[in-house]
Amino acid sequence: MAVISNHNWALTVGTFLPLVGVLIMLFIPKAEEALIKSVAIATAIATLAVGIYTMVQFDFGKAGDMQFVAEHDWISVIKSSYYIGIDGISLPLYLLSMVITVLVMIYSWDHVPSPGNPKAFFILMLILQTGMAGTFIARDLILFFVFFELVLLPMYFMIGVWGGENRQYASLKFFLYTMFGSALMLVAFLALFFKTGAESFSIPFLIEKGMDISRTTQIWIFAGMFVGFAVKVPMFPFHTWLPDAHTQAPTQGSVILAAVLLKLGTYGFVRIAIPVLPEAAEAWAPYIGGLAVIGIIYGSFGCLAQTDMKRLIAFSSVAHMGFVMLGISTLTSFGMNAAMFGMVAHGLITGMLFFVAGSVKERYHTLEIKRISGMLLQMPKLGWILGFCAMASLGLPGLAGFWGEFPAILSAYQPAPGLSVNVFRAYMVIAAIGTVFAAGYLLWLFQRIAFGEPTAEFAAGHGHDEDIHDVNKFEWIAWTPLLIAIVVFGVYPQLMFKVLDPAVSVTLKAFGG
Amino acid sequence: MLSTIATAAWSSPTIDYHALAPEMILGAGIVLLLLLDLFLSDARKWLLTPVASFTLLAAFIPVLTLALNNAGTREMFDGRYVIDDFSLVMKGMFLLSGYVVVLLAADYIREGDYYQGEFWFLMLSSLMGMVMMASSRDLISIFVALEFLSIPAYMLAAWRKRDSRSNEAGIKYYLLGVFASAIMLYGMSLLYGITNSTKLTEIGASLGSNLTSIRALAVFFVVIGFAFKISAVPFHTWAPDTYQGAPTPVTAFLSVASKAAGFVALVTVVYVGFPGSHAVWQPVFWILSAATMTLGNVMALKQTSIIRMLAYSSIAQGGFILMPLAVAGETGVAESALRAVVTYLIVYAATNLGVFAVVTVVARKTRSGEISSYGGLFSYAPGIATLMTIFMASLAGIPPFGGWFGKFAAFQSLVSAGTTWAYVLAIIGGVNSVVAFGYYGSILREMWMRPVPDGDTSPVPVKSSLAVALGITGIATLLLGVLPGIVIHFGDLAGLAGAISR
Repeated sequence: MAVISNHNWALTVGTFLPLVGVLIMLFIPKAEEALIKSVAIATAIATLAVGIYTMVQFDFGKAGDMQFVAEHDWISVIKSSYYIGIDGISLPLYLLSMVITVLVMIYSWDHVPSPGNPKAFFILMLILQTGMAGTFIARDLILFFVFFELVLLPMYFMIGVWGGENRQYASLKFFLYTMFGSALMLVAFLALFFKTGAESFSIPFLIEKGMDISRTTQIWIFAGMFVGFAVKVPMFPFHTWLPDAHTQAPTQGSVILAAVLLKLGTYGFVRIAIPVLPEAAEAWAPYIGGLAVIGIIYGSFGCLAQTDMKRLIAFSSVAHMGFVMLGISTLTSFGMNAAMFGMVAHGLITGMLFFVAGSVKERYHTLEIKRISGMLLQMPKLGWILGFCAMASLGLPGLAGFWGEFPAILSAYQPAPGLSVNVFRAYMVIAAIGTVFAAGYLLWLFQRIAFGEPTAEFAAGHGHDEDIHDVNKFEWIAWTPLLIAIVVFGVYPQLMFKVLDPAVSVTLKAFGG
Repeated sequence: MLSTIATAAWSSPTIDYHALAPEMILGAGIVLLLLLDLFLSDARKWLLTPVASFTLLAAFIPVLTLALNNAGTREMFDGRYVIDDFSLVMKGMFLLSGYVVVLLAADYIREGDYYQGEFWFLMLSSLMGMVMMASSRDLISIFVALEFLSIPAYMLAAWRKRDSRSNEAGIKYYLLGVFASAIMLYGMSLLYGITNSTKLTEIGASLGSNLTSIRALAVFFVVIGFAFKISAVPFHTWAPDTYQGAPTPVTAFLSVASKAAGFVALVTVVYVGFPGSHAVWQPVFWILSAATMTLGNVMALKQTSIIRMLAYSSIAQGGFILMPLAVAGETGVAESALRAVVTYLIVYAATNLGVFAVVTVVARKTRSGEISSYGGLFSYAPGIATLMTIFMASLAGIPPFGGWFGKFAAFQSLVSAGTTWAYVLAIIGGVNSVVAFGYYGSILREMWMRPVPDGDTSPVPVKSSLAVALGITGIATLLLGVLPGIVIHFGDLAGLAGAISR
């Protein structure tokens, strides 16, 4: 694989620039709230600018190669190095993390959740940004692990401090699940290191040497990584932290969690587990696919049973990540492309849905579906945005969600050679049924909330008129880019597929893809 | 040449003054403290504090020059007193930890009017024992160093004379410590009887890997004796009471420096003295490690007093440090196991001293030792709360703070051994590090998510000496986590590890 290391400062700057902002913010007194917010947003925008520069300089003709590669000594004793690079798989996610951070911060300008303290809140978001971006560019397992873990504490505090009533329980659950997963993942990384001759933690090196490991050992090592990544995705049955975390997290936390953090898990599968341990991936694929479709159906049923809007969206995440994992489990270039597209699409759409949920909560002070009604009458713009997102989420052709879901289902028709065609076709049928449920719960949600007359409780003149107002300035600024992206990627998916495809082919080299 | 000293005739033991400089400076400082204490009036006793801290920093200088000198291993007294990379790293760690403890104790001792001269005298004596321990390669000098570091520590634990808890702390520590010494001495006498030597290398050569039951018993007793010192379960019972009763700076000293000294002795004895006997000590360490971290964690979960929680946390951390020793005898693991122990000790020292600095600062304001007194700390003292967050995250092993690398190094040597038992211990360690977050996280929860218990949100005063201590430990904890290479860079520690892989 060719390595291109032009402009290789760009990734380092793009990853660590938020920390420079943090450093500056530390010296600003807590009371200067406007200044703090401005510095934070300026940092995030500067970071995004570096990200866009990276995209402009990115050689799209060679999207399958690692670009902007930089390598320096880091912990030479354990043979781990500061080794970073970006290819067609990383680039969309790397940019997504930056875009989401900027938008979430703009949204936070007048939406700092109780108990306030914007200084700490914005600092945590910037630290999160460094962790997320770093995970997507790390080419060394230990570096990957450090970035992967770096997001833990900020998110823990975000949920635990600025969350809902049950925040302490939810944040601890989130933390313990993830930490348990990463402990096993770390042991798996170490086993991989020693089984390949204890020479390097570099991912390309391990991809080269990983095939030589015996099948049984591969399966065990894969198991360790599987737990680590599956918790993060989250896959059934490791998903139980997600509804709690999402429901309790502040809007900003939910958006970042759904849009980016969940992708760290699927990205780990695509980037590390599958290419490094191809035989184990093949052995595990039917089970991963099985858990994925269980996740789809289970998530859908979960949605149908929810009475809380945010919890419903959280369960829909479980279902959608099921589609992503199904695409990955086929081990075909087609399925993997769909999965990668699905990750970004889910990030945009579900991120948007959580934004809307946050705004609904702010206006009605509740997310209980049966207490809200007739939103289209009271707040037509917000109502239609919700409708739009629901349509995108259920996979309406022409919007981004479609291109993540439909090809993923289709890819199960013809899985990679060596996998049981019958099993995967069965999965395909189940997943297809899942889309019907998806349409069901999303439309039902929209119908219950947006149609009809406002409930008596929130009707005009009942003391809520001041809160119930349509989409405001900051919301428009934060949401418009996402809404546009959903349409653009829906109408012209090739925009992303052409970046993804070469990189996916490289990743699947071991499977003849 | 210095290396010829090893073979010099008995009649004229040559002294390598450069190599002995740290001990000599410490000794001079101790004498100076005693004399000054005699002649200074009470009002000027505070002068003793800078004398103590400068002595420690001055003693650190030759450690640095020796390390930079790179002249290889220096041996004295027929190879019974050795200055190699391992001993230099540990000496440096003891002296710097001692310096931070002085910073922690300075105001406590002055305000409490607690016999300043005697306090510093005893503390420096104990440190002297530790520094000597790092170089001792002979049963006699190890035992002398051990008593040298322990006896002042017994007195320090009982420092608050009129407080019954402090007296209890001292007595418990003393009785169990002496008990452990007796067991160890018994093991040592057996060793001497079997091998006819007190020099560790000779014992190692003589014992070989031929294990009769009497030899196994000797090795076992010596190892068990040190298990008391490092408060490994089931020999940990003194630790929580002693830690709680002793003055807080003394607790910091015991839980960091004294514990590290125990590990240094253990590692020296095992690596140099019993390299062939791993069939005996590996299972012992395996059991001690698994039991220590598990029980330490479980007990820590239910504590409501911060010091007791830290006591059990310190026990549990000891279990993690023991992990690599459980496989140190496997082929090719010796060096990485030793490196893991040393790395962990250094990271743990930086972090735990930081924790105690925060505890000292917060206790000065809240006048409470309960975990609940940390409620809402972030809202009125964000700086201190952030530092505490960093220290707790480091103890829990979360990147990018120092602790993760200590745990990583320990796991690495376990996995490199590749045996089933090693993997089982790695899994136990993994589960335990998750459980540990239960109590480290509870502090974070108090500070960030709970309300201020008594509504008192006046700012927390930070004395300048404590601020320096917080700065040193905070920076060290961060730096060790982000660039862990620097700890290991001190040397490859091959000197000691070489013995076991022979």
